[in-house]
Amino acid sequence: MAFGRFKRGAAASPAEPVTLKILVAGGFGVGKTTLVGSVSEIKPLRTEETLTEASRPVDDTAGVEAKSTTTVAMDFGRITINDSLVLYLFGTPGQDRFWFLWDELAQGALGAVVLVDTRRLEDSFAGIDYFERRRIPFTVAVNHFDGADVYPAETVREALDLDPEVPIMVGDARNRESARDILVSVVEHAMRRATSAAQQHEPAPAR
Amino acid sequence: MTDPWFDDAAGPVVRPYAMTRGRTRSSSDEARLDLIALVIAQSPDGEGDAKPQEDAAGSGQGDGGGAAVRPDGGSHRDADVIADSTLAPEHVDIVLRCRHAPQSVAELAAELDLPVGVVRVLVGDLIDSEWVRVSRPVPPAELPDESILREVIDGLRAL
Ligand SMILES: Nc1nc2c(ncn2[C@@H]2O[C@H](COP(=O)(O)OP(=O)(O)OP(=O)(O)O)[C@@H](O)[C@H]2O)c(=O)[nH]1
Ligand SMILES: [Mg+2]
Repeated sequence: MAFGRFKRGAAASPAEPVTLKILVAGGFGVGKTTLVGSVSEIKPLRTEETLTEASRPVDDTAGVEAKSTTTVAMDFGRITINDSLVLYLFGTPGQDRFWFLWDELAQGALGAVVLVDTRRLEDSFAGIDYFERRRIPFTVAVNHFDGADVYPAETVREALDLDPEVPIMVGDARNRESARDILVSVVEHAMRRATSAAQQHEPAPAR
Repeated sequence: MTDPWFDDAAGPVVRPYAMTRGRTRSSSDEARLDLIALVIAQSPDGEGDAKPQEDAAGSGQGDGGGAAVRPDGGSHRDADVIADSTLAPEHVDIVLRCRHAPQSVAELAAELDLPVGVVRVLVGDLIDSEWVRVSRPVPPAELPDESILREVIDGLRAL
C-alpha cells in the first residue's frame, strides 16, 4: 500500500521505538543490580565498556604508562512500556574512580536513582553530587537492610542535605512493586522539572 | 609515535579486537554510538528496513553489500548476509539478530558477549555497508516531552 512509496524516509518504520534510560547509582553492594533485576523483563545483562583513562593521574603502579585502559562492567535491564517506548535501566559501576564513565551513560538519561544504605550514607554522596551538578532529576531510595537502624525519610534527607524537590523513598530493591514505585518517582520528578521549565519559558497563562 | 598495540579509543589490542582487524572506530561515525541507540536491519539495497516482503521499485542507493543477492522469498532471506564474504561471523550475527527485532547497542554487546567498543566498530561497518541503520545514534540534548513521560509513568504503574 502507501508504505512502498515512503520506504526511504524516516516514516518507513512506524514501529521504531523511542528508547529511554534511567541510571541506578549508589555505593558498592547497595542493591543496584537487585533493583534492575526486580523490574527488568530480562534478567540483568552485563556489558563491558572499555575506557581509556587518558588524563588520569597515574596510580601508585610506578613504571606503568600514564594512559591505561580499564574495563568496567555495567548491568542493565529493559522494560518495554509499549510498542513505541522502551526503557533501559543501567546500573552504574560503583567505584569512584569510574565517575568519568558516567558522563557517557548520563547523557540523554531521563533520570536516576541513587540507592542509599543508611549504614554507609557517605557512599551515596558522590552520586548525589554528580546528578545535582548535572541537573539530572534523581530520586534517593533508601534500601533497608536487615539489621540496619530504620530512619524516617526526612532524617535521611537532612543528613544528605537534599533539595526539597528531590523525592526520597524508603524501599526494598528486592521487591518489584517497591522498585517500580522508585522508578515512577524518578519519572514524575523529571516531569515536574519539564513542566516548571516550560512555564519559565512561556508567558503565564492568562487568568 | 604510535604504539601498534595500543589504540586511543579502545586501549590495548586484545583478542576481541582481532575481529575488527584492530580497528576501534568505524569510518561512518565519529561520535560514539549511544548504548541505547537501536540498530535496525535494512534490506541490502538500501531501500529501507528489512521486511519480509520485497519491492523492486526505486533507484538503488550504493549497494555496499557487494555480493548481496536479492533474496527470493521468505525462507532464504538470511542467505544474503551469510553469503557476504566481506562480513565476519559476528557481523552476520548482528544483522540476523536485528532482523529479528531492533536491538540496542548495549543488548548486542551483552548477547554477543563482546565489549561495547567492539560492537560499536562492527555496527559501524554494517552501517557503512548499509546492512543496518541506527536510530538516534547520539543521545538527545533534551528530556523527552511530557506526553512521553506520562506514557512511561502509566506504563510503569501497570507493571
Ligand atoms: N535487606 C535488603 N537486602 C538487599 C536489598 N537490595 C539488595 N539487597 C541485597 O544486597 C546484596 C547486594 O546487592 P546487589 O544488588 O548485588 O548490589 P550492587 O549495588 O549491585 O553491588 P555492586 O554491583 O557490587 O556494587 C544482595 O545480596 C542483595 O540481595 C534491600 O533492599 N534490602
Ligand atoms: Mg551490581
